[in-house]
Amino acid sequence: MTTTEPELHPDSWHLLMLLDQAPGFAAISQALIELTDEGHPIAVTTADLKYSNGLVRFQEKHPERFLQFGISEQNMVSASAGLATTGLLPYTATFASFLALLCCEQIRTDVAYCNQPVRLIGHHAGISLGFYGTSHHATEDLAIMRSMANMTVIAPSDPAQFHAAIRATVNHPGPIYFRASRGRDPIIYEHGVDFQLGRAIAHGEGSDLMLIATGSSVHPTLAAAEQLREQGISVGVLDMHTVKPLDGDAVLAAARGAGRLMTVEEHNVLGGLGGAVAEVLTEEGVATKLHRHGIKDEYSLIGPPTHLYRHYELDAAGIAQVALRFLNA
Amino acid sequence: MSAAADDGELIARIKEKALFAREETVRLTGIAKTGHYASAFSCAEILATLYYGDIMRLKPGEPQWKQRDRFLFGKGHAAIALYPFLADYGFFDKSVLDEYTRLGNPLGDHPDMRKVPGIDFSSGSLGHALSAGLGMALGGRLNKIDYNVFVLLGDGEQHEGQVWEAALSAAHHRTGNLIAIVDRNEYSLDGKVDDVIGIEPVLDKWQAFGWNTIDIDGHDVPQVLRALRDATAASDGGKPTVIVAHTVKGKGIPYMETQFGWHLGYLHPSDEKAALAHLRSNA
Repeated sequence: MTTTEPELHPDSWHLLMLLDQAPGFAAISQALIELTDEGHPIAVTTADLKYSNGLVRFQEKHPERFLQFGISEQNMVSASAGLATTGLLPYTATFASFLALLCCEQIRTDVAYCNQPVRLIGHHAGISLGFYGTSHHATEDLAIMRSMANMTVIAPSDPAQFHAAIRATVNHPGPIYFRASRGRDPIIYEHGVDFQLGRAIAHGEGSDLMLIATGSSVHPTLAAAEQLREQGISVGVLDMHTVKPLDGDAVLAAARGAGRLMTVEEHNVLGGLGGAVAEVLTEEGVATKLHRHGIKDEYSLIGPPTHLYRHYELDAAGIAQVALRFLNA
Repeated sequence: MSAAADDGELIARIKEKALFAREETVRLTGIAKTGHYASAFSCAEILATLYYGDIMRLKPGEPQWKQRDRFLFGKGHAAIALYPFLADYGFFDKSVLDEYTRLGNPLGDHPDMRKVPGIDFSSGSLGHALSAGLGMALGGRLNKIDYNVFVLLGDGEQHEGQVWEAALSAAHHRTGNLIAIVDRNEYSLDGKVDDVIGIEPVLDKWQAFGWNTIDIDGHDVPQVLRALRDATAASDGGKPTVIVAHTVKGKGIPYMETQFGWHLGYLHPSDEKAALAHLRSNA
């Protein structure tokens, strides 16, 4: 008979207990701990997901500033708006699906319309919850949040950028929706990154193709660009971390320099990054071929996250394949 | 604490302000050409006691005073009865009332914190206000500022699930400075609340959710005053308090008291005078 507890297999998809494997979430807690230590009036609220989003780390450092709302997301969002009226800066986190969809009206009416500086962190966005299924997927959140007046929408692409984005926007007067993946984000900016709200980061220029990606899609898009370059294609990537306000100048510059544009997002192709880019091009009368890559207005299959990325061609190889088909079409 | 004999003057003032709220509701609805007469009339004594009964700590002319008590209007559709008080407190000019709901005027059917000084939180979508009030109560604790948060809920609003999320949460977080008042006027748009979806025993429900409960006649000013004093006196004990105030929808005008259709309405200008006479004789 063994006396030791069995350990969770490191390949497990389990949401809990593997905080060490979630650098993205560690970066969020770290930024909030720093800001609190520096005297910012931070309050962190979550809905029974402090292990899943790693905010337990913040609670350990600042227990009095951590408010547990239990499985009452709508109450949490409205209460966060109330907290903000008292001069506090609430960071309100839960699954993106529950935040953007279940609490849509509380966010519109209490947070966005009242223009309270609540920071909403929608984590496990897109299809990153894999086989938990469509109830737990959020492929509509960018479109919903983008359509709310006063709302800023940011989808950081790696832990360092998430950390920088939280810090850089701490004094932003209105509400912000931060889109996070499942925390296991691969590193893009090894040596940190400067975050400027509404200013895309260019990774090379391309005369054949510019790829414009956001959030969790940036890393595989960068890898896809490498694969395409090996085939002699001139391709650059824009890390469009701010979906609203969109960096229209960067989009237009990309359109001027490249024959074609392709957006990449872990989101419905309707209404998110692809929609936002299309709006800019159309309004400026730029006749560039644009392909919007993402989830094609459908609900996802069941499967582990990485398997789903492969299936929906949202991994590096898939994005490269989609780009090649687009270039050859 | 209880309403004592020397409260006579205070009670007379509250009654006078409740009449003022009803009269202004008639006048302003006449400007808008539709309004929630009956919903405003049922809570006139509650609002008047909060604002003129030495219950809420407010500073005239200083709507954003940090130490102020907060008021959230869950049943925001009765805001018409509150606007005259806010103007009276010098939070905005009284002439603003004369343009009630006209294009670009800050005063709408539902109260807007971004437009109306003295409104602590915007409302209109039922069910949100108790949560927002809970956030303010928790904010007071974190900011180490001692104030009370009053939230006036409709009885139809008890249908909203979010009310009960907030009730559960407030008891857990021991926000004793959060005081809910249920305007139990018995009617919502489609008829009697308890025919639409029954809420009884509503007092027991709040008690079961961990709240102090007080049951009163919401038009009896000494009772309202005593209940609000008791609720604020209890506010440091950690348990939030709910006051279920039994009221009459349309209180003050006989046909509005008996015909539930006056939830929303518009009196013909020629009927206004008679309505005002009813209100004065019933005050």
